[in-house]
Amino acid sequence: MSLIKEIFTSSVGRKIAMALSAFFLMVFLLQHLTINLTSVFSEELFNELSHFMGTNPVVQFILQPVLIFGVVFHFVMGFALEIKNKKAREVSYAKNNGSANSSWFSRNMIWSGLFILFFLIFHFKDFWVPEMVYKYVQFKPSDPNRYYHEVVEMFHSPLRVGVYILAFVFLTLHLLHGFSSAFQSVGANNKYTESLKMVGKVYAILVPLGFIFIALWLHLNG
Amino acid sequence: MNLTLKIWRQKSPKDQGKMVDYPVSDISEHMSFLEMMDVLNETLIAKGEEPVAFDHDCREGICGMCSMYINGEAHGPDRGVTTCQLHMRKFKDGDTIYIEPFRAKAFPVIKDLSVDRSSFDRIQQAGGYISVNTSGNTQDANAIPIPKDDADLAMDAATCIGCGACVATCKNSSAMLFVGAKVSQYALLPQGQVEASQRVQNMVKQMDDEGFGNCTNTGACEVECPKGISLTNIARLNREFLSAKASSKN
Ligand code: SF4
Ligand code: FES
Repeated sequence: MSLIKEIFTSSVGRKIAMALSAFFLMVFLLQHLTINLTSVFSEELFNELSHFMGTNPVVQFILQPVLIFGVVFHFVMGFALEIKNKKAREVSYAKNNGSANSSWFSRNMIWSGLFILFFLIFHFKDFWVPEMVYKYVQFKPSDPNRYYHEVVEMFHSPLRVGVYILAFVFLTLHLLHGFSSAFQSVGANNKYTESLKMVGKVYAILVPLGFIFIALWLHLNG
Repeated sequence: MNLTLKIWRQKSPKDQGKMVDYPVSDISEHMSFLEMMDVLNETLIAKGEEPVAFDHDCREGICGMCSMYINGEAHGPDRGVTTCQLHMRKFKDGDTIYIEPFRAKAFPVIKDLSVDRSSFDRIQQAGGYISVNTSGNTQDANAIPIPKDDADLAMDAATCIGCGACVATCKNSSAMLFVGAKVSQYALLPQGQVEASQRVQNMVKQMDDEGFGNCTNTGACEVECPKGISLTNIARLNREFLSAKASSKN
């Protein structure tokens, strides 16, 4: 127990914990994207997968709580660190030339993160809350064919599509630093680092772009 | 050249402090930044005003004593140099130059541009050494074979002069580049292994107790470090810390 405590109270330990939760969330994003992509080419497959995810007890009662914990942990720890870091400099510089030595997105992770948090609240209200109410409050009968239509319905609104696109742009900004940063935090800085940074850039652009494509596709063709 | 300096003036640690404008004229481009500050101070003394306090010692880039946040960058706009090695040719006639102290809660201002960096000393004292018996029969360090690559990396880490530019630059006022360098210079060598686990744990604990912030890998420190200390040292610090915690018995 004291090991866990020491890790969560020390600066290096927190940074490693932050990175581990980031890895978990990045894997989750890939899984989420894969399932969503099926909606573009096969209504049946999308419904089938959604039904499985929505009814399988392992997914519902083990993976889902773990995911929620991962998300909450990443945000809470991110804010806690930001507050601590702000306190580490009481008087700010009259002139600070941050762009001379670091990227904009690396210095503004808290802002891209905050925007993503607001989006997630919105996203939960759109999909997760109705889903929970449907299944665990109203106890409606399970309908394996409802998912595709629900999603299409959601993306009718151009305003919603706009908000989603904007959120994914922020996700790209967050990942452009976050992907490679997570590897550095767990101590992986070696001969593969330069290639890994490239992979990070590709991930940071392609994954959110995939989500944007799906939102637009459903809006236009759904 | 003629310049306008905007300098942070603060009488004492408790004083509020503020930026004050000073014009300086006839500055040679061959002067170092500190020589330019000397010229300013001479004119201030001649006028009966209080000269600007700033830290310096060797003036040849090796002691780590000079500091100053110049135009928004630690040690100014040049790369791989300390303030004492920064030349006025980096500036143009008519420029306005902001000069501020290195800012961090763990580096309190003593006076004007002079800050107290003894927090770095305390981190070093917490583990930045190896205990060697000086009984007269100490083994010659060169008798232990060390791979050239490791020796080179250890030497690179050991070039850190403890100036604190990494902290001053970091948006989080993190001292991890400094601590990473100080941990690495021993972690890479056989002599450092005996106390490796205690070293990294104690130094990180001291760093946290001093009130430094938490590294978010922006990489600004490595760009501004006058000695080119690389981020790989922070990664090594993280690895050392993790393996020390995982195998620690106390
Ligand atoms: S790591 Fe570089 S910037 Fe930091 S104290 Fe050492 S020499 Fe100065
Ligand atoms: S005065 Fe010694 S490094 Fe600048």
